[in-house]
Amino acid sequence: MSTATRQMHLAAHFPGVNNTTVWADPRSKSQIDFSSFEHLARTAERGRFDFFFLAEGLRLREHNGRIHDLDVVGRPESLTVLAALAAVTDRLGLAATVNATFNEPYELARRLATLDHLSEGRAAWNVVTSFDAFTGENFRRGGYLDRADRYTRAAEFVATARELWDSWTPDGTPRSFTHRGQHFAIEGEFTVPRSPQGHPVVIQAGDSPDGREFAASTADIVFTRHGTLESGREFYADVKARLAKYGREPGELKIMPGVTFVLGDSDAEAQELAAEIRLQQVSPQNALLALEQIWGRDLSAYDPDGPLPDIDPGPGSSLVQGRVGPGDVLAVAARWRALSKEKGLSIRQTVIETTGRQSFIGSPRTVAEQLTEFVAADAADGFILVPHLTPGGLDDFVDRVVPLLQERGVFRSEYTGPTLRSHLGLAEPVWKG
Amino acid sequence: MSSTAPLHLAAEIGGPPRYDPGHYTGLARLAEHGALDFVTLGDSFARPGPDALAVLSRVAPATGRIGLVPTVTTTHTEPFHVSSAVATLDWVSRGRAGWQADVSTTGAEARLFGRRPAAPADELWREAGDSAEAGARLWDSWEDDAEIRDVATGRFIDRDKLHYIDFEGASFTVRGPAIVPRPPQGRPVIVVDGTSGPARETAARHADVVLVRATTPEQAAGARTDLRRRAAAYGRGPGALRVLVALTVDLGDAETAPEPGLESGPPLAAGGSYYRGGPVDLAELITRWHRGGAADGFHLTPITPGRDLERIVNGTVALLQHRSLFRTFYPGGTLREHLGLARPANRYAFEGGRA
Repeated sequence: MSTATRQMHLAAHFPGVNNTTVWADPRSKSQIDFSSFEHLARTAERGRFDFFFLAEGLRLREHNGRIHDLDVVGRPESLTVLAALAAVTDRLGLAATVNATFNEPYELARRLATLDHLSEGRAAWNVVTSFDAFTGENFRRGGYLDRADRYTRAAEFVATARELWDSWTPDGTPRSFTHRGQHFAIEGEFTVPRSPQGHPVVIQAGDSPDGREFAASTADIVFTRHGTLESGREFYADVKARLAKYGREPGELKIMPGVTFVLGDSDAEAQELAAEIRLQQVSPQNALLALEQIWGRDLSAYDPDGPLPDIDPGPGSSLVQGRVGPGDVLAVAARWRALSKEKGLSIRQTVIETTGRQSFIGSPRTVAEQLTEFVAADAADGFILVPHLTPGGLDDFVDRVVPLLQERGVFRSEYTGPTLRSHLGLAEPVWKG
Repeated sequence: MSSTAPLHLAAEIGGPPRYDPGHYTGLARLAEHGALDFVTLGDSFARPGPDALAVLSRVAPATGRIGLVPTVTTTHTEPFHVSSAVATLDWVSRGRAGWQADVSTTGAEARLFGRRPAAPADELWREAGDSAEAGARLWDSWEDDAEIRDVATGRFIDRDKLHYIDFEGASFTVRGPAIVPRPPQGRPVIVVDGTSGPARETAARHADVVLVRATTPEQAAGARTDLRRRAAAYGRGPGALRVLVALTVDLGDAETAPEPGLESGPPLAAGGSYYRGGPVDLAELITRWHRGGAADGFHLTPITPGRDLERIVNGTVALLQHRSLFRTFYPGGTLREHLGLARPANRYAFEGGRA
C-alpha cells in the first residue's frame, strides 16, 4: 500500500436527542442508560474510530409553547459520561459538546483538562455558542448575550482556556496567570497540570462566515453539515484557504461532516431500507410538526397524507424554541408547494423529500467506495457518522464497511498512538508559557 | 436511638493531588472491599487537584456497589450544570451518586471567575441551599414514567409528566425542566459538612447526610439532636437525616499507639477531629460512640490515603464486621439503600395527584 494513500478519520455520534433517531424500532434501546453509551463507544473503538462524539442540550425543545414530545428527549451531561467511558475504552477519543456562552473559562478548562488526564490524552471539546434568552432562562446570566457577541466571547473563551492549559510548565510547575479581555478578567492559579495532549482537541461546529473564521483561527476539527460532494468541496476549499492567514497549514484543521448511512446486502436493498427509515423518521405527527414549523400556525387539522395548505405562513412565527429556525418561511413554503404540485406529493412525502439527510446509501462496498471518493476529492478529511438507532446503529458499519476501508488502505487497522491527537495526526500544541 | 441501628461508614479518598485514575480507582475498590457506604472526594477551585466529579465518574464503571460522593461547589458554578452533572453521575454509577455541596469564600476563588466578589459564608450557604433545592426540583422535574415511547400516538414522552420548576432564589433563577431524566435514586444523596454555623442550617434543611466535627460523644450527640430538631422545623421526618462524625485518621506505624484517642489536630482538609492510634482502638471508639447513640456513623479522612485506608478496611472495619457491628456485604445496590434512606417520592407527581 502506498504511503501516499489518503487516510480518513472516523467518529461516532451518539444518536440520542435527534429528529433522525428512530426510537420506535424494536431494536431501539435506552438513550440514557450507561450501557447504551458503553455499547456504542466499544463498537467505535472496535472499529478503530478516532473519537466518540456527544451533543449537548441546555433546554428542552418546545413547539407552540409546549415541550416537544415526538422525538427522543433526555440525555446525560457530556463530560461526566465521557469520564465514565474513559474507564471502558482505551484508545477512543472522547468529544464533548459544551457551550461557551453558559460556562466560564476557568471551570470548563479545568473539567476538560481533567478529562484529558483521566483518559490519558483522549479528550476533545466541541465549542458551541448560544445567544437566546430561551436557553438563558436556565442560567444565572440569562439571555444577556447579543447574537453578534457570541463568537467574540467564544474566541476569547477558547484563547483563555489555552492560556490556562499553558499556565503549568511542561515539567509540572504551576505558574499564576492573568487574563484581561473584553469578556473575561480573571487571575490566579490553575489547578491541573498540563494534560497528556497539551491541550484537549478543539472542535468547532458552525457554518456562518464568522464560524468558518473562528474554526480556521483556532479549531483542530470542523464539524460540518456539508454531506454532499459538491457542497463539501466548496466548504473544504474555503475553510482550508482561510488557514494561511493564521499561519496554519491545511493539515492542521480536519474537516469532518456529520453524515448518515444506510447499509443493505445490495444497493437496491439499501435504497428500500432507506425509504422505510425515512417513513419512520417522518411519522405522520412529525410531518405535521415540520409543516407547522414553516407555516407558524396550528395545522393539526390537516391530513398528513393530503395536500399542503393553501394558506401562507403566519407572520413572524416563534413556534419553535430550542432549535435553529428555518429562515425565510415564505420562500420555503413556496418551494415546498411547487415541489408538491410538480410531483404530486402529500404533506408527509413532501417533508420526507425536502428534509432528507441520508448521505451514504448502498451495499458495504458501495458505501466504502463513496466515502473513499469523498475524501479523495477533497470534500472531507473524514466523517462523523450519525446512526439512526441507539445503541446498535454502528454495528453493521464497523463489521461490514470498516474492513473494506482497511483493505483499501484508506483507514487504519490499528491505533498507532495513544492520544486523540496521534489518531488525527495533529501535533501537540507548542507550549506558550 | 436504638443501639442496634445500622452503623454507617464513609471515607475520603483525596489527599495530595493525583491525576492518574488508577490511584482513585484503587482506593475506591479498597473501600468497596470493606463494604463502606461511600467514598468522598474533596474539591475546590483554589488548590491543585482534578475535578472531583469527573474522577468519581471515571471510578464508577470500575466499581460495583460503593457510593461516590464528589464535592461540587455552588458559589461560582451554574446550578443547572451542577444538577445535570450529579444526575449523570447517578446514571453512570447506576444509583450510587451523592453530592457534597460546599461554598467558595475566598477572594482568590472569586478572581478565578471574575464575576462576583467574595461574599460572607452565611450568604453563600443560603445560596448553596438554593442550589440544592433547585437541583432537587430539577431531579424531580421528570416523573419516573415520563418516557412512554407510544408508537400509536408517535409520542416519545408524556409531556404532562415533565415540569417547569420556575425556581427563584436570591441570586439565580432556573426555569427547567432538567435535560437529564430523573436519576435512578430519584434524588442523589446530598451531603453537607454541617460543622460551621452557617452550613448547619442549610444541612438541616437540604442534606441527607450531615458531617459534624466532635471530640466527645456528648458533643456529637448534641450536634445530632440539634440537626434533627432543625430538620423537623422544616417539616422533615426524624429518619430523613444521617449524621456522621468526621474524623481525620492517622493510624501511624503501630498496631496500638501509646496514647490512642482524640486530640485537636492540625487544620486538615476534611475539617474533622483528629484521631491518632491503631486500627483496633479506632474500632473501639466507633463502637462506643455508635452504641451510645452519639452518631449514625463516621466519615473517616485518612491522613495518608494509601496507608491508612488499607488499615481502616483490613483492620478497623474487619474487626467491626467480626463483631457483627458492620455489614459484610451490600444488601442493596444504591447509595440510598446503603444509608437506609427511602427513594424520594416525586413532588410534582404528588402535586398532580398521581403518586
